[in-house]
Amino acid sequence: MTVFLVIIVIALFAVTLWQMSKIFDLSKGSDIDSSQVATDKDNKTHGMFMLLFVILLYVITIYCFWNYSKFYLPEAASEHGSHVDNLMFLSIAIIMFVQIITQGLLHWFAYKYQGRKGRKALFYADNDKLEFIWTIIPVIVLAGLIIYGLFTWSDIMNINEEEDPMIVEIYAYQFAWRARYSGEDNTLGGANVRFIEGVNQLGVDESDPYGEDDVVTTELHLPVGKPVLFKFRSQDVLHSAFFPHFRAQMNVVPGMITQFGFTPTITSEEMRSSEYMVDKVANINEIRKDNSKDLMQAGEAPLDSYEFEYYLLCNKICGQAHYNMQMKIVVESEEDYKAWLEKQQTFGEAMAAQKESQLEVSTETAEVAVVEKENN
Amino acid sequence: MSAVGHATLDHSHDDHGHHHKQTFITKYIFSTDHKMIAKQYLITGLIMGIIGILMSVLFRMQLAWPEQSFAIFNFLLGDKWAPDGVMTPEIYLALVTIHGTIMVFFVLTAGLSGTFSNLLIPLQIGARDMASGFLNMVSYWLFFISCAIMLSSLFVEAGPASAGWTIYPPLSALPQAIGGSGLGMTLWLSSMAIFIASSLLGSLNYIVTVINLRTNGMSMTRLPLTIWAFFVTAIIGVVSFPVLLSAALMLIMDRSFGTSFFLSDIFIQGEVLSHQGGSPVLFEHLFWFLGHPEVYIVILPAMGLVSEIMATNARKPIFGYRAMVASILAIAFLSTIVWGHHMFVSGMNPFLGSVFTFTTLLIAIPSAVKAFNWITTLWKGNLQLNPAMLFSIGFVSTFITGGLTGIILGDSTLDINVHDTYFVIAHFHLVMGISALYGLLAGVYHWFPKMFGRMMNKNLGYIHFWVTAIGAYGVFFPMHFIGMAGLPRRYYTNTAFPYFDDLSDVNVVITVFAIITAAVQVVFLWNFFSSIFFGKKAVQNPWNANTLEWTTPVEHIHGNWPGEIPSVYRWSYDYSKTNENGEYVIPGQDFVPQNVPLQENEEELNH
Repeated sequence: MTVFLVIIVIALFAVTLWQMSKIFDLSKGSDIDSSQVATDKDNKTHGMFMLLFVILLYVITIYCFWNYSKFYLPEAASEHGSHVDNLMFLSIAIIMFVQIITQGLLHWFAYKYQGRKGRKALFYADNDKLEFIWTIIPVIVLAGLIIYGLFTWSDIMNINEEEDPMIVEIYAYQFAWRARYSGEDNTLGGANVRFIEGVNQLGVDESDPYGEDDVVTTELHLPVGKPVLFKFRSQDVLHSAFFPHFRAQMNVVPGMITQFGFTPTITSEEMRSSEYMVDKVANINEIRKDNSKDLMQAGEAPLDSYEFEYYLLCNKICGQAHYNMQMKIVVESEEDYKAWLEKQQTFGEAMAAQKESQLEVSTETAEVAVVEKENN
Repeated sequence: MSAVGHATLDHSHDDHGHHHKQTFITKYIFSTDHKMIAKQYLITGLIMGIIGILMSVLFRMQLAWPEQSFAIFNFLLGDKWAPDGVMTPEIYLALVTIHGTIMVFFVLTAGLSGTFSNLLIPLQIGARDMASGFLNMVSYWLFFISCAIMLSSLFVEAGPASAGWTIYPPLSALPQAIGGSGLGMTLWLSSMAIFIASSLLGSLNYIVTVINLRTNGMSMTRLPLTIWAFFVTAIIGVVSFPVLLSAALMLIMDRSFGTSFFLSDIFIQGEVLSHQGGSPVLFEHLFWFLGHPEVYIVILPAMGLVSEIMATNARKPIFGYRAMVASILAIAFLSTIVWGHHMFVSGMNPFLGSVFTFTTLLIAIPSAVKAFNWITTLWKGNLQLNPAMLFSIGFVSTFITGGLTGIILGDSTLDINVHDTYFVIAHFHLVMGISALYGLLAGVYHWFPKMFGRMMNKNLGYIHFWVTAIGAYGVFFPMHFIGMAGLPRRYYTNTAFPYFDDLSDVNVVITVFAIITAAVQVVFLWNFFSSIFFGKKAVQNPWNANTLEWTTPVEHIHGNWPGEIPSVYRWSYDYSKTNENGEYVIPGQDFVPQNVPLQENEEELNH
């Protein structure tokens, strides 16, 4: 519906312009001006359009803020996130203030001072005072923003080791994520792509005792309120680990370990039942229901209904399935987290299981060989 | 200096007419005349622009109606890339990559700066031609070859380069990682290497010409702002393009000769690669050391054109000439020390992030000064709202809207959450894409009479402007909001995340605006090409402008001026200048061209 409206508005606008220029041409009668230089009439028309345009710009702005600001991510689910959001809202406020004033002046002048025969423009080449004022105002405002920004930035990026954050590795490859928990010792075992073999998908160094109790998972579970320090590793190309709800992002670079730390503050359950998310999910399910109808008519399977989960997504172009490189994140209470982690297999166990099964396979083949021999 | 240049050129003028029997080939193809080369750049740039914009329409359609079948996809992309009319993810990435490359380098660098530097530098400083006509010709033909190679890469079996226009390795280095990183990427790199050579030859020529060939009286402070912008742009190009060349060469080495500048510890397709010790972050540094100045290489010429057009059509001097020049210089200087703001979350030391935030927000200051000065230039003017003037006002509008969001992206803290989302797309398309295109279009409308001796149709120009102006905001304004929702760029479809389902309507709106805006460019193309042949014959100085190019005859001649080169007695902005009695300096005429000596009782203002 919006689409049609938009088309109609633009089309009508174009037609109006076309017609008006035609009328102006006709109204001039015999002495049609064909110099292709703007006449007073052109100045009048387009001066007026300039005024209409800035009003339209304001309307678009208000429309977008009114209808689309709900798209802004929900309340930040990490400790530092609220600082990011505050700075964001402050910046947006300043920007919109400047935007409205400057666009208004620009287009108002274009309307107000439209050319007329006999009008004398003011020869006004310089005014040091004025220029000083509008140099110094941005300097002051920007200095404020820079200082605010830099303090927040260093708070976020400088990991406080004294808080003893939980170390988790996020491992990226085309086109999925893995998480590696560092276990009881809170130290990740050494790793390199050259160790990748069989179940050892992440190339953990088997000879490193720290790696024994590491746990590799396909979902990321985090205890609420506990600081986490993520260490990122990629096995092939650049990826970017983007946790939009936690206001966190870091590139994942092959050949180097990058890091980012935050403290999750809102559990998945709390986020799901927040007013924002209930509304959003209901809206999304409404849309999915509509789309499913179309799909079913075309003889295809309908879409599942949606339930909110935090996710981690890839935000650096990484290949053809870049658009679908995601991992579910669950933020839960400490007990739930512990219970979940208990159930996971440690790296040591996984390797032992692999060896055992290999052993079994080799003894089996040996037995078969013996039987075959006997049969002969 | 300029006197010397003048003297030698006068000499060349003496044997004017002896050796000007031009064949079709020397006049239209291998021409060494700057005006012809400018037209060659413009038309090549326009053709590349058509291709680049068409690509964006294709991938916008995929984004609005993901995985739907369109006959046009199948028609343009073939059975391999659009089986049954459904676009594949591989070609989607290839389209966004080549769209970016074409628009940034081939349209907005070569098409804009190449066209107008060539056309205006000799004409506005009062020179017979560029310092080296031959190098100028070589520069254009290298550009042409690089265009041809880039376009030929579209027909490679495994697909054209598809690692994004920033071609970050390892994705761009490993054909195993994505099909387009095979022959397609090799062609991309070869094309860019040749493009860089072309750009350097051009830039050196511009610099030398501006420094040496100014006519009598044309001091640096009397130069029109266009020339200042082209001059400084050329300097930034010479400083930064070689760095991209070095990055491209190192990438070629990594790809073909087994070096490890950018590659380390890679396991792909079940195999460990032997590369060890390189760093993709190094590539990012090298790339953005060009990449950021590049956006100023794109926008500064547009700023120069807009300043000139605005003053002329406002019938007023540009406000704060010295501040305008100073801000061009400040922007140029700062542009080389802000590249790291593209890399806040690249894994580089966070302390560097702080430094780059600081320098980046500094660059907002000269940009703000420029915007305020343009607005003040309009104040109490006598605005002649020609299409070129409308595009110039449109330029200031989109430059402000796009520039302001730079305050968010340049702040490392805020960048964490909007990095590589649609917010970035909205920002840079408005501030450098649309703005620079407006600058280009304004320039075309304004100097068309100088280029082709005919006028463009103004009514078609008006329609072109208004639909484009509304369409451009319609496309990019809503993108800010979906960007702040955390929607990543370069996603083939957003349907893999049900969380983004409620954004799909906005994507449809954006695409509809994009299609309309692209379609209305046909009006411009029609106007442009038909006016070349059928436009109304232009008079010598249709806009009553002060600069020297309007003192040349309408019909182009080799050497620009039939007689002696004019001398210059004043700056180029004496519009509506009055004597103390309130009369115009030249009675009945609200402008005083640069070649008119100071009148009686007239004071030269010290600008």
